[in-house]
Formats: sequence, structure tokens, C-alpha cells
Amino acid sequence: MARAPQTLFDKVWQRHLVSPESAATPAVLYIDLHLIHEVTSPQAFTVLRERALRVHSPARTLATMDHSIPTLTAQVFGGAPIAIDSAARQVRELEVNCAEFGVELLGLTHAQRGIVHVIGPELGLTQPGKTIVCGDSHTSTHGALGALAFGIGTTEVGHVLATQCLLQRKPRTLAVNVSGRRRAGVTAKDLILAIIGRLGVSGGTGHVIEYRGEGVRALDMDERMTVCNMSIEAGARAGMIAPDETTYAYLQGRPRAPRGAAWESALSLWRELPTDAGAQFDRELNVDAAGVEPMITYGTNPGMVIPIGGEIPRRPGDAAFAQALAYMGLTPGEAIKDQPVNVVFLGSCTNARLSDLRAAAQLLRGRRIAPGLTMLVVPGSQQVKREAEAEGLDRVFLEAGAEWRESGCSMCLGMNGDVVPRGQYAVSTSNRNFEGRQGAGARTLLASPLTAAASAVRGRVTDPRELM
Amino acid sequence: MEPVVSLASRTVVLPAANIDTDQIIPARFLTTTTRSGLGAQLFADWRYDATGAPRPEFALNLPAAQGCRILVAGHNFGCGSSREHAPWALLDYGFCAVISTQIADIFRNNSLKNGLLPVIVDEATSAWLIAHPGALVSLDVAAGTLRLPTGVTANFPLEAFARHCLLTGVDELGFLLERRAAIEAYERRL
Ligand code: SF4
Repeated sequence: MARAPQTLFDKVWQRHLVSPESAATPAVLYIDLHLIHEVTSPQAFTVLRERALRVHSPARTLATMDHSIPTLTAQVFGGAPIAIDSAARQVRELEVNCAEFGVELLGLTHAQRGIVHVIGPELGLTQPGKTIVCGDSHTSTHGALGALAFGIGTTEVGHVLATQCLLQRKPRTLAVNVSGRRRAGVTAKDLILAIIGRLGVSGGTGHVIEYRGEGVRALDMDERMTVCNMSIEAGARAGMIAPDETTYAYLQGRPRAPRGAAWESALSLWRELPTDAGAQFDRELNVDAAGVEPMITYGTNPGMVIPIGGEIPRRPGDAAFAQALAYMGLTPGEAIKDQPVNVVFLGSCTNARLSDLRAAAQLLRGRRIAPGLTMLVVPGSQQVKREAEAEGLDRVFLEAGAEWRESGCSMCLGMNGDVVPRGQYAVSTSNRNFEGRQGAGARTLLASPLTAAASAVRGRVTDPRELM
Repeated sequence: MEPVVSLASRTVVLPAANIDTDQIIPARFLTTTTRSGLGAQLFADWRYDATGAPRPEFALNLPAAQGCRILVAGHNFGCGSSREHAPWALLDYGFCAVISTQIADIFRNNSLKNGLLPVIVDEATSAWLIAHPGALVSLDVAAGTLRLPTGVTANFPLEAFARHCLLTGVDELGFLLERRAAIEAYERRL
């Protein structure tokens, strides 16, 4: 009997059911890969200890440090203590927990350490068809390789540690069909910001997004990760892209990808994953990539976004909108272009892979950042850092007047002391412009690495195409 | 987890839409390694000014808000990061339920696992609640109903298993651990 056409999501979901859902109970979903970090895991290990439980599958668990750790070389590699005591305590606690429970840790000084969502794909651990979770909402990033990957809370981190499973209700599916090709100077970041602008910050709630179409197929892996990364900013827990030759070429030869005969058999399984012709999604959204401009946010959530040449909208009578603009110190009806900028942050799991650093460096080469502006460049992983240095990108950033740091989340969430000072404007390649996200009183404008670099040069919000 | 069966309280209202978890508990407080004590930092950047003094006009700081256990918020409460510190902070402060027209997925999951009741209501109910801060509201978990002081009753959705866990105080980890044989059978097929 021919089976009904299925979506990529359906296939991955189906393959991981220990038991299906019923009216009374959710599905028991098996998790192939559990990534943990220092901030959302300590209380989960405490529960294991209290209940005298072991880690069910240490081989499917990998720990790293990224959120609260310093990015200054002396604090990472010794010579200076970690400036924030409570962060130092979290680092030690993760070391102790991993040692006690037999979990592999890519610790503070490890050559493969980095932002959890950058190192999974980089190591080849993130693979098509896997279920992947982490106590972090941007776990959606891993969906770029055709995995079902989503963020969980600390209680669920404990569930996965103890049983390698989660209780889940099946989410709905949303197809985002991207036609057309992007124009020069328009990046994957601009594409996803435009999509979030269309969906709104809660438009994807309850759904898993599959990004499809010519405009998605044309993206390289780094770009696909940028797109899937921000699925959560539309409220969707996961974003997925069907694996294809681009995916396989990216994975082949990575340290933890299958090899030899195992590679061949993995490949034949992966080739069955893409959504079947005729499969139904619960909802669809059509986007034309050719119509997307470089985008920038002006408000306090990622849905408050406009083309860089546009004007800040007017919404008379909308008190929340007025409050957001008051926080931002911006005026309805004004152009966003030429808005003065104090800080530029090139980093985060959205845009700190090698291609992001290359794009920004190309624009900065032979130029200087504006006087008085601070620019922080924080690679997504230690491997990205090494590769960038091998190409001389660090020199480009340093000669332009930027700072070059060790990898980590850094100013994306401002936990480690890397913060935007109160009231200042930051153009940031990260993913959240919430009030205080980059430090109390910080005003964040989210944009692509190209826009960030161009704005650093001018000291004002700048359309990167003017400098290309 | 303590069972959550019913509850009645006056409300505190934060009418803004899209209140994200960075507002509920700013990231700089996440370097803790325990669950307790986060109530003092709940909504820190809205509750306190740059010197650390309470802002008298903020809803939680109003004298009438003291002791209220139900928070009413605008659409899409709890969006953003997966930090469970958000429901921990709300519970530690004293809240037992959050009412909105939409509650973000991860926050809603995290809340249920800690006995913080996420209550999703229709536009009209929400509009009434936002217009009447301090209203005495009662919630019935078994029936999935919210009762306004006007006598009007509204239903709120609650997934069957989550309802069972709330009512009995059973936690999901216990349920999963009982499925170990099925999990190991699945693993043998891999
Ligand atoms: S870089 Fe930012 S968004 Fe990504 S994992 Fe770190 S804190 Fe979260």
C-alpha cells in the first residue's frame, strides 16, 4: 500500500516515536543528540542527584561552555581570573557535573569549544534526520541540516539526561516557500528578518517551519543556519530545511560525521527525508527573495523590522508601540538610515560563522571604524577563530580598530560582562533586540554582518551597498 | 511538585504584548546554579531604576498589587529564550498563574512543569481583565475554567496530561522513567 505523502518533519517525528501520542498522554520522543551548556544545566544535574539517577546515554550528550564565559583571552586561558564570580562558579559546576556523570565536555580551553549551535554542525554531530535538543531556544539552528531541533527548559534537560526522551505533543507544520534569488548585498539575515516581519513574533507559535523553494536551495549551509536560527523569533520552536547535496558536501569529512560504509548508509537514509510531493502543511507563507532589501530592526522585538532605506512606521494610538520607540529613543516617521551608532557587535549563533566574518572583513578591509565607536568581533567557535586567523581576518578587524575576542555568546545576551552601555545604540548581528538584552538600557538594532560592518565604518546606520 | 487544583486571587496587570523572558528575568541573573531566590529579580529592569530603587509607578510596586498571585499580561507572554528561570522567578515572587491571549510555547511548557498555571483566554476576557486590575479571579484546573467577579466564566485549554500532572502533583520524569523498557526496546532497534 502506498503511504500518504509526508513532510520532512513528519518523517523525522515518526522515526523517533518510542510511543505515539494518545488523547490522554503525549508522545514519547527519542532524542538522538543532547547538547548542554553551563547556564541551563546545573539545576537539572541537581535533580539527577536528588533522585539518584544516572545519565541514560552519555554518548548522546555533549557539553560546552558559551553563555556566561568571558571572551577576553587572559580570562579564558589563564593569567586573569574570570571577572564574574558566579560565572566562574557555573564553569566549575559544569566541569564537576560532567566528570561525575560521565558526559564529554568541550571545556573553556578546549580547541573545539564554541557557541553550542555553532559547534554541533561544525563537528558534524548535527546530521539530517536527527532529533536534537538543548536548553536554549536557538537550537532551531540545527534544523538547517534537516534535523528536528528545538529548545527545551531545564526540567526537560533533566528528562533527557535521565531517559534520553521527551514527552511531546505533535506540533503543526508551516511551509515558508521562498521563490526568487536574493540581490547583491542582501544576506540570509535580511531574508529571515523579512520573514519574521511578515509572520510577526508570535506567528509561528505551535508550528515547526520548513523553509522551502528555490530561494532556500540556493543558500549555503552557513546561510541556512542563519535562517533556521531565527525561527524561534517568529515563535516557532523549530525550523527545518531538507537535506540536499549542499548539506552532504558540508558534512562529509567532518570529525564526527559518519565515514566509509557508515557514510554511505547514512546518505541513503538522508536521501529519503525531503518532503514528498503532495504532502500537506497546516499553513503556508510565500516570500519572494528577489524583493528583499537589507533589513534592520527599529524596535524592541525582531518583528519590528524595516528595509534599511525605509521609515520607522507610525502607529498612532498604539501605546505599546510608543513605549518601544521611547525605549529606543526613535521617532515614528523618521528614516532609520544615518541614525548614529555607538557599538557594533559581530557575533552570536546567528552570524558568527566563518562566512559572516569574511563578509564583514571584506567591507572593512582598508577602512577604519568611526572614531569613538566600539566594535566587538566574537567568533562563533574556537575553530572559526582559528580559520579566520589563518586567512588574516583578525588583522583586518584589528587594523580597522575593532576588538578580536575568544568565542562565546558575549554581547548577544550580555551575561559575561560584554554589554552595550545604557542608552547607547548597537548594530548587532545577533537575534534579539529585546529591552535590556545586550545590557540594561541598551538599544539594539539587528542587522546583517554587512550592514553591521558598513555602519561601523560610518558610525551611522548604513546601507552596505553604498560601500560595496 | 505540589498539586494545583484551584486558585483565587486578585490580579496584577501588565498590558504590554510580547513580554519576553529577558524582561521577566534579565540574563545577568542567570549565573545562579539553583532554582530559588529569583523572585527578587523578577522584572528587574522594569521594577527598579538604574540606582536599584523601586519605580513606584510599576504595576508590581503598587500597594494594591502586594499579595496578588495572578498575573494578567498582553498577547504572546513569555516569548524569547528557553530560560526556565522565568517561571522560577514568577513562582518565587508568589505568582501561581499567568493569563494572556497567547503564551509562548517553551515558556508554557516550562511553567506547567513547575506548577505555574498558563491560562490562555479569548480577546474579550483578556480585554476585561486588562481593564480591571485587581479583579478577584478564580481558576479551576479540573474544569479548565476562569471565573470573573462579574460571574462570567471563560474556558481555557489545558492539555490532558498536563492537567493530570497539575491535579495530582505527579511529575513527568516519573512517568518517563516508568517507560524505560519501551525506551530500551527502541534503542535496540536503532
Ligand atoms: S549566541 Fe546568543 S542566541 Fe546564540 S546561544 Fe548564545 S546567547 Fe543564545
